[in-house]
Amino acid sequence: MSAKPLVIAGVEFSSRLFVGTGKFSSSALMRASLAASGTQLVTVALRRVRTDGAADDLLAHLDLGLYRLLPNTSGVRDAREAVLAAELAREALETNWLKLEIHPDPKYLMPDPVETLRATEELVKRGFVVLPYVHADPVLCKRLEEAGAAAVMPLGAPIGSNRGLESRAFLEIILAQSRVPVVVDAGLGAPSHAAAALEMGAHAVLVNTAIAAAADPVGMAGAFRLGVEAGRLAWEAGLAGLQSEVRATSPLTEFLTEAG
Amino acid sequence: MNFVEIWRQHDFRAVGEKISRSTEADVRRAMARAGRGLGIDDFGALLSPAAAPFLEEMAQASRRLTVRRFGRTMQLYAPLYLSNACANVCTYCGFSALNRIPRKVLTDAEIVAEAEALRALGFDHVLLVTGETGRVGRDYLANALRLLRPYFSSLSIEVQPLDQADYAALAGEGLSAVLVYQETYDAAAYSRHHLSGPKADIAYRLATPDRLGAAGIKKIGLGALYGLSDWRADAWFLGLHIRYLEQRYWRARTSISFPRLRPHEQPGHPSNDAVPFSERDLVQAACALRLLSPEAELSLSTRESAAFRDRAFRLGFTAMSAGSRTNPGGYASAPDSLEQFAIDDPRSPGEVASFLRSQGYEPVWKDWDPTYDGSQPAKELIS
Repeated sequence: MSAKPLVIAGVEFSSRLFVGTGKFSSSALMRASLAASGTQLVTVALRRVRTDGAADDLLAHLDLGLYRLLPNTSGVRDAREAVLAAELAREALETNWLKLEIHPDPKYLMPDPVETLRATEELVKRGFVVLPYVHADPVLCKRLEEAGAAAVMPLGAPIGSNRGLESRAFLEIILAQSRVPVVVDAGLGAPSHAAAALEMGAHAVLVNTAIAAAADPVGMAGAFRLGVEAGRLAWEAGLAGLQSEVRATSPLTEFLTEAG
Repeated sequence: MNFVEIWRQHDFRAVGEKISRSTEADVRRAMARAGRGLGIDDFGALLSPAAAPFLEEMAQASRRLTVRRFGRTMQLYAPLYLSNACANVCTYCGFSALNRIPRKVLTDAEIVAEAEALRALGFDHVLLVTGETGRVGRDYLANALRLLRPYFSSLSIEVQPLDQADYAALAGEGLSAVLVYQETYDAAAYSRHHLSGPKADIAYRLATPDRLGAAGIKKIGLGALYGLSDWRADAWFLGLHIRYLEQRYWRARTSISFPRLRPHEQPGHPSNDAVPFSERDLVQAACALRLLSPEAELSLSTRESAAFRDRAFRLGFTAMSAGSRTNPGGYASAPDSLEQFAIDDPRSPGEVASFLRSQGYEPVWKDWDPTYDGSQPAKELIS
């Protein structure tokens, strides 16, 4: 029983669960949770790591042989700041991968679509592998794809809200028309939410709060791992779907049999 | 990657064989996903012989999706043949270069006469059709669009494939839609039926919708000419093509037509060597495509009989031609010139519209405005 690997920008991932490194009560707990999750891609907030060359506690706890780093630009407010942060991340963390998140609003952390598109255009030109965090906006996702985004990361619900796939109707459209991988990011509060995202065809999910803030983060990381695997296998197997509606009383195709 | 590369990844015969192996369970699974969630393999199952017992269920679902998206409306349009001159030799077409009959390319005055006749019939959307010849290229078409723009709000073309720059230039003249039928996605059958002339280049034709998308044409129309090869595989490739276009050129609308081989004037190439494609097959193909794409416009031709059109129109179609003449000058200036194919529904547009109204459908004559094309201020229109 093994699901097909996910490929982003030529890199293969057998795990479709991406995990954030914030909000854990200790680095040791983070490390154990990441191991339990089976993840291969972890996000790191640039603002949390030391970029002056000194030893960094967070990075010291990440086995870079196991995990690819995805620096995020959390904290920047516009495209200009995002580009500066991205260049810094590339130098300090030695990766051109970037989770682009721009939220001018510090309360709800809502992504700014205009600045995100602008920053994506510039960062792609500069050689970054850009994964933008956005609202579940199908047109914006197409615009980002055209701008060269390696994947899109629409939100399932407001970040940190644990509400699940509130944006489902829009995610369905994004999934139907996207030509790059779709990673549902933000708002997934339970393994069943992650499973549902994968069942509907999402290529991966990114989870942070739901694992880090659980009573037992390591146990919850394992539960998300199983949820993601179940959802993906279900997608590949093909859900049987709902029984189609009862047919209308007046047949539409009877005339074809008359004609032979 | 353009569609030609995607097409090359699939062997036509293998596709046909895979479709024919579909089971009842495959069809049931596909039916449960009709609409947004239908995969391209599910689509193959709906085209298979195993789907035959499900045709009524497919028709009901197709109708439901269509009414939800389009309402009970039917767009009416007319083809306007500008020329029957053609450099191609195609086995099935009345315009084939080997067919030794007088050729006609409409003059400016004749184009205007046709426009006035069509306008008087009530049409607001016309589809310009030509054969393929050097005389009828970008400049001729641009001139025709300029002549016709004051009469009609929507102008489409169905002509030889052009280059991307030509499409962009014609869009600037008020062209809003381009139909280009692949005829068949089966390379061997394509070569058998397109013997010489520019049309013999299958790859250039296959890449045409990509050029349309890149040129920003607002509506891209596809079709397979059923009867040239295995219709199930051709319809499957058409679905693959539509899905590709909808994902890549997501700003464009799509439309699908269902031409079938018809009798025509061409000695030596009897059209009865056609691969069978019945009315029942046409309904299956149309319903399956509707279940694949709830948004595509589906067009029902006057090549089909009045009796068939009167009952099939409600199964998922959104546009019909009516009162068609398939010869250049056919409406006014040269009623007896060579026609491309014989039509099978001779009713007038008014009669078709009355019939639709009697069935609770609204005939739609105008569904576009030239101001959207940016080519002409609305106040200059002749009403």
